[in-house]
Amino acid sequence: MSEVRKMQQRIGLAPGGKTGDVLAQEIIQRFPQGVTVTKATLNRFYAQVDKGMLLKLANFMKEHQDFEHVTSVGGVDWLAEKKMQVVYHITSYANKVTAELVVDLPRDKPEVDSITPLWGGANWHERETWDMFGIVFIGHPKLERLLNPDGTEVFPFRKDFVSGRRV
Amino acid sequence: MAEMWLNMGPQHPMTHGLWNLRVKVDGETITEAEPVIGYLHRGWEKLTENRKFAQIIPMADRLCYGASMSWSHLYCLTMENLLEVEVPERAKYIRTIVLEAQRIGSHLMWLAALGTDLGSYTVFLYPVRERELFLDLMQNLCGARMTYNYPRIGGVRNDVPANFERDFTRVLNHFEKRLPDYEALCDQSTVFRMRMEDIGYLSAEQAKNLGVTGPNLRGSGVDYDVRRDDPYEVYDQVDWKVCVEKTCDAYARYRVKMDEMRESCNIIRQCIKKMPKGAIRVKAPRTAPRGKTAWAHVEDPRGEGFMYVIGNGDDQPYRLKVRSPIFVTVSAAPAMLVGYKVADVPAIMGSVDMCLGETDR
Repeated sequence: MSEVRKMQQRIGLAPGGKTGDVLAQEIIQRFPQGVTVTKATLNRFYAQVDKGMLLKLANFMKEHQDFEHVTSVGGVDWLAEKKMQVVYHITSYANKVTAELVVDLPRDKPEVDSITPLWGGANWHERETWDMFGIVFIGHPKLERLLNPDGTEVFPFRKDFVSGRRV
Repeated sequence: MAEMWLNMGPQHPMTHGLWNLRVKVDGETITEAEPVIGYLHRGWEKLTENRKFAQIIPMADRLCYGASMSWSHLYCLTMENLLEVEVPERAKYIRTIVLEAQRIGSHLMWLAALGTDLGSYTVFLYPVRERELFLDLMQNLCGARMTYNYPRIGGVRNDVPANFERDFTRVLNHFEKRLPDYEALCDQSTVFRMRMEDIGYLSAEQAKNLGVTGPNLRGSGVDYDVRRDDPYEVYDQVDWKVCVEKTCDAYARYRVKMDEMRESCNIIRQCIKKMPKGAIRVKAPRTAPRGKTAWAHVEDPRGEGFMYVIGNGDDQPYRLKVRSPIFVTVSAAPAMLVGYKVADVPAIMGSVDMCLGETDR
């Protein structure tokens, strides 16, 4: 029995379901530029995505690959590299595959398209990422402070924010 | 009649923690709702950036005091992915047992809270009494009642105590006899049924799109459980079923959690029978390369818990991101509340099983 089949049986994959490497191949064919798949296994794939391509890729994943659920959206501040990252984890219930998408942003102007219009579950994740990192999500319905009080003037999860400082 | 905003919280018997539900009411009907959180925010993710890997385990316990085992376990699982450690078989079985015992304990606490929400003091007292037995089992195992600090990166802290199997079996036997009592208390109570049935409707499409996970998702008829569909520990080696209800209301969410407790007993019994002998822990590396990333997700009692970690070249994480299930579920509260009466709010939000420690982090 092939490794794929064993895995499919183990996780009870639906007969019509696609594995992670198949989905990754579809994406490579559909987006020759702007999306780099770094790793693909049976139930995961990892991709580096250009800022401009994110919404197109997200649309494709939602409409054609049954990605229904946003597990997480989070920011990372790379102070020394002068960049910010937004890391998306998106899950397909039908295929039982989770995808990790990484988008690099310039640190002096961190802006990226919001995926909240596609998946409502991303709403508070993006709002929290703005709250903590100051990453702007263009098209988000309500980009306001969530965990920090209204009127906070700092972005506390950035690396140049020293913890313990009075704000 | 003019509409008005009503603040339910931060100090309100309905909230179970410290949060505020702002509802806009037209007479008694809710036309708009807006949850406000952040009262318990302590910068958990930032705090971890100045701690060594092992020091974060007891901190992860404090994410949710009701289900602390599942959070410290999730942290250890994420770190094992990052450091590429394979956990010994016996440790996996022990972890599965304690996770399921934790799930029962957490669900019992939820049932007790729901009882007080709906005005049945008996439904509060009985589950809390039985939860105590599970806390005793945990105390026997690791010395603490609520914040256990038990999983380790690469295994568990200590082996099981003497008579572990006998004690667990006794408690499960007793508990499975009591469980029909709770169901009778709730299901045969007209007041309970009237307050839970046909309210808080959340369709399967909405639940999936809004990121609702766990028992609340399965209450909407979506057959997905991380334990089965992306197995970790030994959930793929025991025989159990995923509990799904199709009616999408608050009562369905209650039914799913009740059925899950029975399934958890089933899983624990099988694990105790199958548990092999051997090592309980392997030595894990102390440092992780800079820029290396890893993540893991698990089925927390409340939904899908998720952590994403980046190494920093030393023994501290560069970034640790936590996805809390209730953080997302509470953002979907307006979808469940709009159109119902103010008096339905405690029942609807009670069926969700709120926990603010993990929501605000």
